[in-house]
Amino acid sequence: MQGAAARFLAALIELLSSMRFAVSLLTMLAIASVIGAVVQQNEPANAYLNQFGQFWEPVFARMGLYTVYGSNWFLAILAFLVLSTTLCIIHQSVPMLREMRGFREHAREASLRLFARHANFAPALPPAARRGAVTAYLAGAGFRFRVNEREDGVLVAARQGAAGRIGYFLAHAAIVLICVGGLLDGNLPLALQIRLGGKVPTSGDQPVARIPASARLDPDTWSYHGNLYIPEGGSADFAVLGANDGILLQSLPFKVALKRFRIDYYASGMPRRYASDLVITDNDSGESFERTIEVNKPLEYRGVTLFQSGFDDGGSILRFALRDLVPSRRPPHPLDGEVGARLPLAGMGYDYTLEITGFRPINVENVAPPSDDEPFGGFFGGARPQTSENLRNLGPVFTFKLRDAAGQAREFNNYMLPLEIEGRKYLVSGVRASQSEAFHYLRIPLDGDAADTWFAIRQIFFDPERHAALARRFTERSLDAADEITLRDRLRETAENTLALFARGGLEAISDFIEKTEFTDRSATEEDRQHVGAAFIQILQGLVWDAWMSAREAAGQTALETSDGHAPFIRDTLLALADSIRYGAPLYLQLTGYKHRQATILQAARAPGKPLVYTGSFLLALGVFAMLYIRERRLFVLLKDDEALVAMSSNRKTIDTDETFAHHCAGLAAALGTASAGPEESP
Amino acid sequence: MKLASSPPSPSAPLAVRETETAPPMPSARKEWLKRRDFGDWFYALALLAAASVAFLRYGEAMDGYDTAILALHVPILAALGWAWRPFRLFAAAVAALSLAGIWLYQGDLARAEQIFFLKYLFSSQTAIAWMSAFFFIATGAYWIGLLARSGFAGRTGSVLTWAAAVMGATGLFVRWYESWLLGPEIGHIPISNLYEVFVLFSLFTALLYLFYEGRYGTRKLGAFALLVISVSVAFLLWYAFTRGAHQIQPLVPALQSYWMKIHVPANFVGYGGFALAAMAGVAYLPGLQKLFAGRLPAPEVLEDVMYKAIAIGFAFFTIATILGALWAAEAWGRYWSWDPKETFALIVWLNYAVWLHLRLTRGVRGTMLAWWAIAGLLVTTFAFLGVNLFLSGLHSYGSL
Repeated sequence: MQGAAARFLAALIELLSSMRFAVSLLTMLAIASVIGAVVQQNEPANAYLNQFGQFWEPVFARMGLYTVYGSNWFLAILAFLVLSTTLCIIHQSVPMLREMRGFREHAREASLRLFARHANFAPALPPAARRGAVTAYLAGAGFRFRVNEREDGVLVAARQGAAGRIGYFLAHAAIVLICVGGLLDGNLPLALQIRLGGKVPTSGDQPVARIPASARLDPDTWSYHGNLYIPEGGSADFAVLGANDGILLQSLPFKVALKRFRIDYYASGMPRRYASDLVITDNDSGESFERTIEVNKPLEYRGVTLFQSGFDDGGSILRFALRDLVPSRRPPHPLDGEVGARLPLAGMGYDYTLEITGFRPINVENVAPPSDDEPFGGFFGGARPQTSENLRNLGPVFTFKLRDAAGQAREFNNYMLPLEIEGRKYLVSGVRASQSEAFHYLRIPLDGDAADTWFAIRQIFFDPERHAALARRFTERSLDAADEITLRDRLRETAENTLALFARGGLEAISDFIEKTEFTDRSATEEDRQHVGAAFIQILQGLVWDAWMSAREAAGQTALETSDGHAPFIRDTLLALADSIRYGAPLYLQLTGYKHRQATILQAARAPGKPLVYTGSFLLALGVFAMLYIRERRLFVLLKDDEALVAMSSNRKTIDTDETFAHHCAGLAAALGTASAGPEESP
Repeated sequence: MKLASSPPSPSAPLAVRETETAPPMPSARKEWLKRRDFGDWFYALALLAAASVAFLRYGEAMDGYDTAILALHVPILAALGWAWRPFRLFAAAVAALSLAGIWLYQGDLARAEQIFFLKYLFSSQTAIAWMSAFFFIATGAYWIGLLARSGFAGRTGSVLTWAAAVMGATGLFVRWYESWLLGPEIGHIPISNLYEVFVLFSLFTALLYLFYEGRYGTRKLGAFALLVISVSVAFLLWYAFTRGAHQIQPLVPALQSYWMKIHVPANFVGYGGFALAAMAGVAYLPGLQKLFAGRLPAPEVLEDVMYKAIAIGFAFFTIATILGALWAAEAWGRYWSWDPKETFALIVWLNYAVWLHLRLTRGVRGTMLAWWAIAGLLVTTFAFLGVNLFLSGLHSYGSL
């Protein structure tokens, strides 16, 4: 029974250390890595549910496909690789060391003649001088040798390039080192803390002070990799680690305070440099020092490395003018808010919550698509930079959400400064109902430099109580007092109805109206409809003008002369009025001022396995080069009375070996005073 | 002298002549030094002189790293030129043309349009266009040489491939200079985006091929090696014409690092080696050997090229991956983050590690190794291009 067990063990070791097993493991590792690269790792569960559906999502989760590199089976493959490589090294070491040291000076003549590469010739030198000539040649050619004088002649057994075998040890030991080091720095220590150390990841959606001790890790945790979010003027002494859909707080042995976060730009507006001016204070000694870190320029302190990883808004204070889009006669109200804050707007008469989600003071955009004037012309000649004429800094931009009482939110993206589009200025606001949509932009035309005009016009245009007065004003301006009263009444009525229609559904409502009402019983040509449509537009534009003028009167401004110069503003105003119906918000937030505050996102990492991995990498590079480029060669010269037999073996079968053999044969023949060696066919 | 197993290659490139004068007691090193001819010494001195001039003129602007790299260039380029003599002429031609281009610019980028030689020869884009044209014609020449058994066509292919390599290298060097002319903050080594590395890939693959062409004295592999280069050049041109990829962009902060200068070239020696091995694998396939009946290089030669190309590719790819890990530790905070590009680098590495092991496994024959090398190129191509196209990750600066 014992014999069987021993045999089984021997067979198992034989299998584990075999080349075929190693090849299979490497292949499996490669396939596992493909899975890990193709399936995005560590995404939220919802993303996988969307991607794979109800049925497969839990199956794949069970298989660990979302965290391949931390999964048990992946670690098992790595463990087997380490085991197999270790066994292989042990298995090979004894014979290989013997091989490296030995010269095989007892090789028999018959076996030398069986070598694939062998040649013989008659030495011209006298027998006494032959041995010296051969050893001198071999020494000169970089061989180490041993001479064996025996009955059938003198065998000089030589070898070179034994270091290639050391390459094998280096490269394979390196694999073990790298795997072990990587394992120490990977997820394993964290997983052990959770499984055995009683640590429980918690939700990331709560204030830091409330995070329980069970979700806090000591500063002496073996290895970790987490994020620090620090606003300007703020500080942090912990890093946030993601674990099992929750977070853990990793305490650091020091406190990191951010003085300033800086972004430098190229002339084109592309970011050139991200830098954080930090103050580090040691928890134990209380000493502090300043240091600036940048991308590619990390800081290492007390075994923890801090890296610049990203940036965010650190709670900029934004000042808004809140403009009503529902009928009201209020002037814009001021409103202050911090980025990241949620402000209930009930106090202002809106049943909405304002969530300020982001702010960027500099916003470089490509404002014109590249022209295709000369698709080939641009290729030749000197290299050019991307044309920077189209890149423009559009100024501060902020994003926010308006959430109604039912919890539905629309997202907005507003530019602070008016944008110039085809020579005219607009206030621009993007809106979308969900993240998956693109923003639809509302362009509010400026009257000269004033944004107030459009809002004032809108107040009048969409206020049903003012429709009658507006229609009257329009009629009085359009028709002489001499016109018949019935005609005036009809025009006033049409204008009022048009206003009501437009307020309900914009230009679409008007065109629907034309389709449905006017021509139900008559056959009308396309031309007729266009005429009628144009008449409606003319009425609406006239109403815009009158609304504008009455707004001016209300503001104590003088009325303007009608002229063609105002036509573009009237047209833009009407379009913006129509678009504003679908804006989906009862108010417009105009940014009037801001106090910018940035935050830096750093990564803190502790990787004590790093020296192991780096040593392994160095050995690996050395070993690979040694294995591939140091050629081990053994040369045997058997000197007999009337014959010199030369044979060569090599651990690698390449054409060079044949050439080297030819080279040494010729060299030895020359050393022995022979012009040419006798032919002998290989068996 | 006839040998038990003579090399199948028609030439005997390893120098045989010095054995005829069998020195009485030469040590290996002395023998190697003795083989240096006048050209070798002149070349080495020229390198030393060039490095010295560069150091004396620009040493003030160089930091320790720059100085070390400059110093290392002398022994490395000298060893390369000594071990592979045609490289000396190549280096001289590239140096002459690049310096001519830089000199013609006189610090003014607008001269690219005005000066005849810049406009039609040396400006980076024109040089790269010449490279592309030469590679295409060389491919045709090699194929004519292969099919018509024409030695002349084969030689033409060789000359054109050398010319293409010279123009490609010149184009990259001049581009480097042009990037500095765009602005001192924009200047950077031209290996920072997909367009530039495609030029680098074509260049390295061509040089590797030319080395083996000389080493084995056969031009028959050229038809295959140049195919893969032509495909990459075609991609390069498409990419430039449709996406304007040839425009010089300033470096994003993540790429502003010493490591880029060594990580990227080491990678592309790797990719070049793997591409060459795959093409040798294609020529090795029994079906093709039968189809071209005796026109292709002997299977032993192809097997040797395949092994050597993979060996050099693997060695450099190992270094490149290690350098990448060192860089990642500095830029991303960890030496290995299982980013898709990293993971695929590992897959490529594992693939060729398997290949090298398989070669030593009993019972695995050449045809299987050839197929494996061909499949390896597909994996490599995916790692090089596909990851940027289909997977997102930290290496996003190489995206299409």
